[in-house]
Amino acid sequence: MAGLTACSGKQQNYNTGVYMLVDTSGTYAKELGKAQKVLNFLLGTLNPGDSLAVARVKSRSFTEKDIIAKVTFDKVPSRVHVQKRQFRDNFDKFVKSVKRGSAHTDITGAIIQAAEFLNEAGSGNKIILIFSDMQEELDKRTVRDFPIQLDGFRVIALNVTKLRTDNVDPRRYLGRLEAWRERVLQAGAKEWRVVNDLEHLERIFRQT
Amino acid sequence: MAADWWMIWPGNPALSALVLFLISIPFLYAGRKPMHGMILSLTRAVSSPLRMAARWLNLTAEQLRQRNRTVLMAHGREEVTQAIEREFQRVTDLVQRDLQGYPALQRKVMDEITRVEEDYRKCSEVPPPPPEWTKAIEAIAKIKPSGDGLVEMLLEDIKKSIDKIYDKALGEYRRSFEERHKILKGFMPFWRSLNTSMERVDRNLNGLQDSASKIDAQMDKYEQIVARSEKVEQSLTSSATVQFVVASTFLVLMFGGAFVNFRLIALPMSEMVGGGDYITENLKASDVAALVIIFLEAAVGLMLMETLRITHLFPRINNMADDKRRRMMWVMLVFLVTLAGIEVALAVMRDQIVAASIALKQALGTAEGAVVPVETGLVTKIPTAGQMVLGFILPFVLAFMGIPFEYFIYSARTVFGALLVMGVRTTALLLRIVSNAFRHLGKTLVMFYDVFIFLPLIIEKRVKGDTAGTAATPGHPAEVASFPKRRNATGEL
Repeated sequence: MAGLTACSGKQQNYNTGVYMLVDTSGTYAKELGKAQKVLNFLLGTLNPGDSLAVARVKSRSFTEKDIIAKVTFDKVPSRVHVQKRQFRDNFDKFVKSVKRGSAHTDITGAIIQAAEFLNEAGSGNKIILIFSDMQEELDKRTVRDFPIQLDGFRVIALNVTKLRTDNVDPRRYLGRLEAWRERVLQAGAKEWRVVNDLEHLERIFRQT
Repeated sequence: MAADWWMIWPGNPALSALVLFLISIPFLYAGRKPMHGMILSLTRAVSSPLRMAARWLNLTAEQLRQRNRTVLMAHGREEVTQAIEREFQRVTDLVQRDLQGYPALQRKVMDEITRVEEDYRKCSEVPPPPPEWTKAIEAIAKIKPSGDGLVEMLLEDIKKSIDKIYDKALGEYRRSFEERHKILKGFMPFWRSLNTSMERVDRNLNGLQDSASKIDAQMDKYEQIVARSEKVEQSLTSSATVQFVVASTFLVLMFGGAFVNFRLIALPMSEMVGGGDYITENLKASDVAALVIIFLEAAVGLMLMETLRITHLFPRINNMADDKRRRMMWVMLVFLVTLAGIEVALAVMRDQIVAASIALKQALGTAEGAVVPVETGLVTKIPTAGQMVLGFILPFVLAFMGIPFEYFIYSARTVFGALLVMGVRTTALLLRIVSNAFRHLGKTLVMFYDVFIFLPLIIEKRVKGDTAGTAATPGHPAEVASFPKRRNATGEL
């Protein structure tokens, strides 16, 4: 079968690679339970050969150290089950270990890290899930105001909660999402989507 | 450019147009013939190729029809030949099975008849006639009673002796009848046996008669096919259409079975060849592997049918020597059984994978009430034993796909051939209609041209005088140069 796929010249990878960013800054750290729910959905949905990584978003997130767990699932389904259970256990341990949130939120750095990981994995269908309120807060020394490259990526913001200030002026919330949409699409992403209803997570994989 | 450049009187288009029209009339009249020729040539340039194309298509359709007919007849002849061969084989079997035992049967019947005759003869034997002394008794009986005591005593003794003899004779007579009745009673089994033998002979002869009638009917059909009669062509076409519909229906049903089979083995195949390899975005390598297994089963089944001489798609297999063919049949049967065994194993593996997957998803689902999709496919609802049985049976069911497939192939040739002929003829008709439309358009344009120059045409008519007749009337069909009429092959218009 390998020969069959190889004889078609350049081998195209049709596996899915998902990189999930989990915001652990400030009050959003309380939402980690919902992140578990999203992860369970991903583990139940991804197929053999797909890749999955979960990383936390902290004050500076452009580093491999923030990756909580990563795996490329085996081609044999029975082994995949074991890998999925281990992955879930690792994430559960992480959730229990989080005591307090970070002071700042480096979403851009985390996205660049995610893009690097997925490009390296060579997945055909690359998805970055951002489990965050999308409020980026950088310290003074962190530089992130430069264009990023997200060619062929699908970027999905999950559970984008409204901040207290958003309630005062909803335009702040809408403006924040619009700014991210523009930035992501300008970076070459195929799609930008916001999924706040966690009861319908299947929308993550539904392409527009 | 100004829009009124053509106006002789600017601001008065109607008058300008009228003057221009009047000026142009002599020129239009002068150029009438060349213009007519040009219009007709242009329309002919379109209509003639269309007519030629229509004719070519009609000829092609006829050739196709003849070709279809030849194929249909050849196929029909082959079928009838096979049917006749089958009937002859049946007759041969009947003769070999039953009629070869006829000498023995005949001997048995003759023996039985001889025995019956002998017994009958025995029955007909009458008791021996009364002895000679009966005449003496008759003489004594004629003696008149004289009252003589000696004579009476003598007669009394004689009477007693005769009574005794009479009783004895009567007893013997009865015994003799009893014996004959016994012999007659003994006839019964022989008669029954004879009756059974004759019934069997009758049945066999009737069977032979039926087969002979069938052979007669098939021979009639064969003769009609050889004579290429219209009736038999229609009959064969209709038969092919029915076969096509039936075979298509069966193939669809078989494909349904193949689909269930695919669903059954696709998942476990991912365990064998890897579930993460994709050939295209939506086509997994494991799915292709499962399809290959199913195609292999169908191919092996087809070969099995060929070696059993149920189907005749491969003449080389059909013409193979019997021992080789039988060996090949056993090999194919072993392959099929092996593939069925593999499917049983895959069905068990599938059940285990699904169970593990459901367990994992349920474990994931319990955490924080996440909604994890659990597989609820049709095959999942079938118990393991059912899946195993299905896995074993489906390859054998697929093996029978060869029969409707053969009918589909042969009947599709006829049905699609007929449809192609119909399509070609329809296209020819459409081309013909368009060609005629262009031809008439040319005539219409010529007449329309003459409408503009009616004035000089009337003058021309007056000048030439009425002797020219109505032929010079503007717009008269006779004046319009028409297409030369086409002559057919026989020279008729």
